[in-house]
Amino acid sequence: MNAETKIPGLETEKIDRIASDILRPVRINKVFIIWTAFLFIALAVCLYVYTIQLRKGLIITGIRDFTSWGMYIANFVFFVATSLVGMLISCVLGLIGFKWITPLSRIAEIIAVAFAAIAGLVIISDMGRPDRLPYVFLHARVQSPILWDVTVVTTYFVLSLLLWFFPLIPDIAVAKTRLKGRPAFLIRIYEILSFKWVHHAEQYKILRQAVKILILLIIPTALAIHTVTSWLFAVNPRAGWDSTIFGPYFVSGAFVSGTSALIIAMYFFRTNYRLKDYITDFHFERLARLLFLVSAVYLYFNLNEYLVPAYKMKKFDAVHIHELFTGDYALLFWVTQTMGLILPLILLLFKRIRRPLPMLIIALFMFAAAWLKRYIIVVPPQGHPYLPIQYVPEEWMVYRPTLMESAITLASFLLVLIIITLLSKFFPVIPIVETAHEEKENEIK
Amino acid sequence: MGGKKNKNKAENTDIQQTLEASRRDFLKKAGISGAAVLSGAAAVLAGYRHEKSKNKGEFVKVLTTDNKLVKIAAEEVEGYEPGLKELQKRGREGIPGKKWVMIIDLSKCRNARKCIEACQSAHHLRPYEYHINTLVMQESVNTPAYFMPKPCQHCDNPPCVSVCPVDATFKRQDGVVLIDNERCIGCRFCIAACPYSARMFHWEEPVNAQADKDKEYDIELNVPQKKGTISKCLFSSDRLRENQLPYCVSACPNGVYYFGDENEDAVTNGTTKETVKLSELLKQNGGYRLMPELGTQPRVYYLPPKNRIFDFDQDKPREEDLII
Ligand code: SF4
Ligand code: SF4
Repeated sequence: MNAETKIPGLETEKIDRIASDILRPVRINKVFIIWTAFLFIALAVCLYVYTIQLRKGLIITGIRDFTSWGMYIANFVFFVATSLVGMLISCVLGLIGFKWITPLSRIAEIIAVAFAAIAGLVIISDMGRPDRLPYVFLHARVQSPILWDVTVVTTYFVLSLLLWFFPLIPDIAVAKTRLKGRPAFLIRIYEILSFKWVHHAEQYKILRQAVKILILLIIPTALAIHTVTSWLFAVNPRAGWDSTIFGPYFVSGAFVSGTSALIIAMYFFRTNYRLKDYITDFHFERLARLLFLVSAVYLYFNLNEYLVPAYKMKKFDAVHIHELFTGDYALLFWVTQTMGLILPLILLLFKRIRRPLPMLIIALFMFAAAWLKRYIIVVPPQGHPYLPIQYVPEEWMVYRPTLMESAITLASFLLVLIIITLLSKFFPVIPIVETAHEEKENEIK
Repeated sequence: MGGKKNKNKAENTDIQQTLEASRRDFLKKAGISGAAVLSGAAAVLAGYRHEKSKNKGEFVKVLTTDNKLVKIAAEEVEGYEPGLKELQKRGREGIPGKKWVMIIDLSKCRNARKCIEACQSAHHLRPYEYHINTLVMQESVNTPAYFMPKPCQHCDNPPCVSVCPVDATFKRQDGVVLIDNERCIGCRFCIAACPYSARMFHWEEPVNAQADKDKEYDIELNVPQKKGTISKCLFSSDRLRENQLPYCVSACPNGVYYFGDENEDAVTNGTTKETVKLSELLKQNGGYRLMPELGTQPRVYYLPPKNRIFDFDQDKPREEDLII
């Protein structure tokens, strides 16, 4: 080992061992090629469907003049929501001082980057004139929540990308000499991205400061993106959207979908990348507690959001509440509330459940329910406007998503998977240097 | 009808004869059309140019027979077609000094749907694409049902305008809320915001897209309509500019609509062409606006459906008639 890789305060053997564990999946193998090929082919099919939409217009979707925001917008809200997990894990828990987040923070950041980046594309798929996207800046009007949303989502994406990348630099420097047998282009990328990092104590000091600044910037930005997203609805005078608690209601819901996404990803990396020694049962137990906490808060907001109007039953609120509780959307509503919130809350009380596999199953349910919940928030309030829907074709009365718009929505998930795959496959998904430090601290204790 | 007290028989379809309009007519007739006349009337022209320059309209240069190059207001030249720039400019400003209002008398509406047809043919829309739609309303089981024509309410505090990210929908000084389909990005935030469901979207290629392809876009008519953009009631701003009543108002066979200028306190019935005092009409008939609790301040007023002159139940559509 030359002097360059000597990290202050850490034994080289420790780094060697950890690095070789964590860098093991960083290679191009058959499974990876098949998986990415599948992703890209599926994506190509979905993008072809999008070209049909470009040609024919939004007529290929189920949205019409009355329910004019459908699956695309619900999906957008879901993506913004899920991306908030980056802020929750690295920033909030990190600032509080929890050490166990170390192996999870980078996974959380990858999820944040992927979902925030694609959220921007999802919104474009909903535009009637995507070619006029530059107008949003050229003819920007500060009064419109859309401008606020575009600004903060972009900012959050950039900050999250930096928060993923900064702590990665020392790891890249560690890894670049340990990538024997990997493709030349990858070694070259590592060479460039290590920015001549020499593990000087001063460098670490600056890095720590930079990360701290990022963390402090991300917390308000993340709160802003989801609050503003909730305002896209709350500013409209419509029963079901006209709510003063939409901001915190959305943010608390975001933590639920984000935490479930993180649990799913953790489980996947732990088994497929053979990282059981780093992502342990203990981490699942911790996240189970976190999931319980955020779900309980979300349940509390749900009670406020639905029971208060249901008690008063004002004319149009009553129509909306009836639709959800007993009407067209009842099945969807009760499934999301029970399977996605109440049942998991009960199950999480049991110690036997707070283990990797049961947690994966719960997280999958909550993740799916979180998506459906966004659909329930976005779609039903448009089905019953103040004035009746009359003299229109029958299919205009009730919104039914079409196969084509489902395919375009699927494209957004494929893109997220592609980003997550590439970032986690080409770069260490667990921080090497930080993990080594942590191990050392535990040994001293 | 109480409002008849203050009626004024108007001779033609003009909303009112203003000085401005007659002056313009005079000038047109005086023959600005021919450059020959111009050459002999340099003095008139000078004064006229001075006047017109106050309006800052579009100017064109005209060569007179004695080889003088003069500049005159473009819209005064016969056969003049304003270009896109001018159409956009005047369309966004509105007609100075006016505050347009519409009054809809619900006691007279029997759902003839002539207003809708006239509107759809003027704006090149399909039968189920509405700028104005007549709805069957019933507040509660014990109150009678009635027909309610519903155009855009041209709110003075319009939620649709607040939320538009690119200023594609805007409020003019004469009270009209318009939509610029050269600007609209198709986000449909305005549809979400409008409590009166007054807006429509071009989900597919508009019905006349092929025929209208080469037409200059008139923001006051919103033609050519464009795929992927919004459309909605425009209070027929193109007609207002020509001192005519809106398409729907003049098409109604039942005298439902009054239209006019709030500043002059005068509105004209589209069927009978009587002009009455706006304030009196509202006062004597208990005029009201839709959903005032939302604070949108509509410019459309309704007169309640009392003493109806026909039997509603006879015209009442069945449930299945409400689907087309
Ligand atoms: S009725 Fe709707 S579209 Fe018309 S001005 Fe009011 S909010 Fe805007
Ligand atoms: S759809 Fe067009 S008019 Fe409506 S808010 Fe969006 S850009 Fe403005």
